[in-house]
Amino acid sequence: MFQRLPDTGDATLAVTLDGKPVRARPGDTVAATLFAAGLDHCRTTPVSGAPRAPYCMMGVCFECLVTIDGVGNRQACLVSVQDGMTIDTQRGKRELDR
Amino acid sequence: MSGVADVRDSYDVAIVGAGPAGLVAATVCAGAGLSTVLFDEQPAPGGQIYRAITGTPVQRPSILGNDYWYGARLVRAFRASAAQYVPGATVWSLSREREIGVSIDGAARLTQAKRVIIATGALERPFPIPGWTLPGVMTAGAAQILLKSGGLVPQGRTVLAGCGPLLWLLAWQYLNAGVTIDAILDTTPRENRRTAWPHAASFLLSPYFRKGLRLMLSVRRRGKVIPGVTDLRAEGDGKLQQVVYRIGDGAETRLPADTLLLHQGVVPNVNLAMSVGIEHRWDEEQLCWVPVVDGYGGTAVEGIAIAGDGAGIAGAWAAEERGRLAALGAVRALKPDGGRDLSRDEAQVRLALARVERGRLFLDRLYRPAGRFRQPEGDTLVCRCEEVTAKQIVDTVALGCTGPNQMKSFLRCGMGPCQGRLCGLTVTELIARTRGVPPSEVGYYRLRPPVKPITLAELAGLPKDEAAIKAVVRG
Repeated sequence: MFQRLPDTGDATLAVTLDGKPVRARPGDTVAATLFAAGLDHCRTTPVSGAPRAPYCMMGVCFECLVTIDGVGNRQACLVSVQDGMTIDTQRGKRELDR
Repeated sequence: MSGVADVRDSYDVAIVGAGPAGLVAATVCAGAGLSTVLFDEQPAPGGQIYRAITGTPVQRPSILGNDYWYGARLVRAFRASAAQYVPGATVWSLSREREIGVSIDGAARLTQAKRVIIATGALERPFPIPGWTLPGVMTAGAAQILLKSGGLVPQGRTVLAGCGPLLWLLAWQYLNAGVTIDAILDTTPRENRRTAWPHAASFLLSPYFRKGLRLMLSVRRRGKVIPGVTDLRAEGDGKLQQVVYRIGDGAETRLPADTLLLHQGVVPNVNLAMSVGIEHRWDEEQLCWVPVVDGYGGTAVEGIAIAGDGAGIAGAWAAEERGRLAALGAVRALKPDGGRDLSRDEAQVRLALARVERGRLFLDRLYRPAGRFRQPEGDTLVCRCEEVTAKQIVDTVALGCTGPNQMKSFLRCGMGPCQGRLCGLTVTELIARTRGVPPSEVGYYRLRPPVKPITLAELAGLPKDEAAIKAVVRG
């Protein structure tokens, strides 16, 4: 669970997270948006189905893989959030059509 | 914002990584009139140490501290230079002929450089405790990135655990920001003081001495520090609910927690350098692989140098000086009559480097992580991607598997998307311990390009000439 420090800018962007509307702050990564939205986990593993959340935030651990605008296996910690983005948590492996 | 279309076919110098080493190297190379490109995976310059330095929402300067804000100077100098800056760029291959494969926004390009400076820095050492994969557990460095780049801080019960300067720095920054830390579990082995002590005198002269001491005293005064932690695990159903720890041989203590931030030092990010065949040696002081480099960061692979923490952990200030030296090496090679008095520059740089490197051995020994937190046992996951446990690795060694590369065939260990970055050191050390040989004899994963996962579509979309098409088209 993470929260914003006061005076760190308004969440002016509107994105969709698993079908629900969520606000995001310009300049945030998608991973930061997920934490700010209070999401517990962002994917389940292909091996055991265990829930995982972003772990390193710098592009090396690949725990933050999510589906962004229909494209799976995106590293949420490396992608800057954009207005209107559709973000979906990923269940297991990336699907063939996304 | 640059796209792949802005990447030229060739450059004098290509630099990978926009932390202190890469920023300074690019500034110096471009200043000497070399066509210079700086590729960086992040959306903004600064690396991890100066992450989000150009756009952090954290307004009060006292929260992050002066050493953070100093980074803005490096970015200003870089931006004033003629170097091309390509953010959001993932470098996925580097050949011995210095051909670089890079992807931006899902599109790939190849480019060629006369000199390459790898400045890919460090990553946090794996901290494989039971439950380290639970949501709610992340690295202290990750939490610091959330603070710097998003002004985000933990809410609820927060526990920091581990050892090393970054753990103390994060605690200090959190306390400055008014964040409540429930406990700081210090896993630094008590015996470290004894082995570090003989090197204390040189650390007294390090610029890190006064800063570090002041910071630690401040954290100890304001935070609940629990020293001597010898056992640590994270527990919860689907997410972290409690941290369980032990001091010495004492009884277990349970601490309800929502967030656990782990850290036990940083190690060179070796993937790109190893994939191009640069020799690395096991460093028994820093407990990691360190590339073999000369006084300019140059390697045995012609034209490829390594600068910054990727050449052995020495910190941000040393990274700047090493970036400068690598750049001087490139300028000397490509512009022998560059017109500037490089020898005078170089003498100053070497003095500065010696000053900031002073006392490093003291820090290495004081914060040497305990064996039990580097070499886990039983069902503790070692490879997070493929979910391989410590017991599986130890049992497979007993079957006659003597190295990390064979281990892949047995267990898929290290074959997930992180490409061994989060398990490689643990696997090497576990195999070494089980076999009773030093890690140098066990070796590391054989790393090959692409060093970051890319899609077939990115490869297929690479620009190709007629000969390449003819080579695969029938008739």
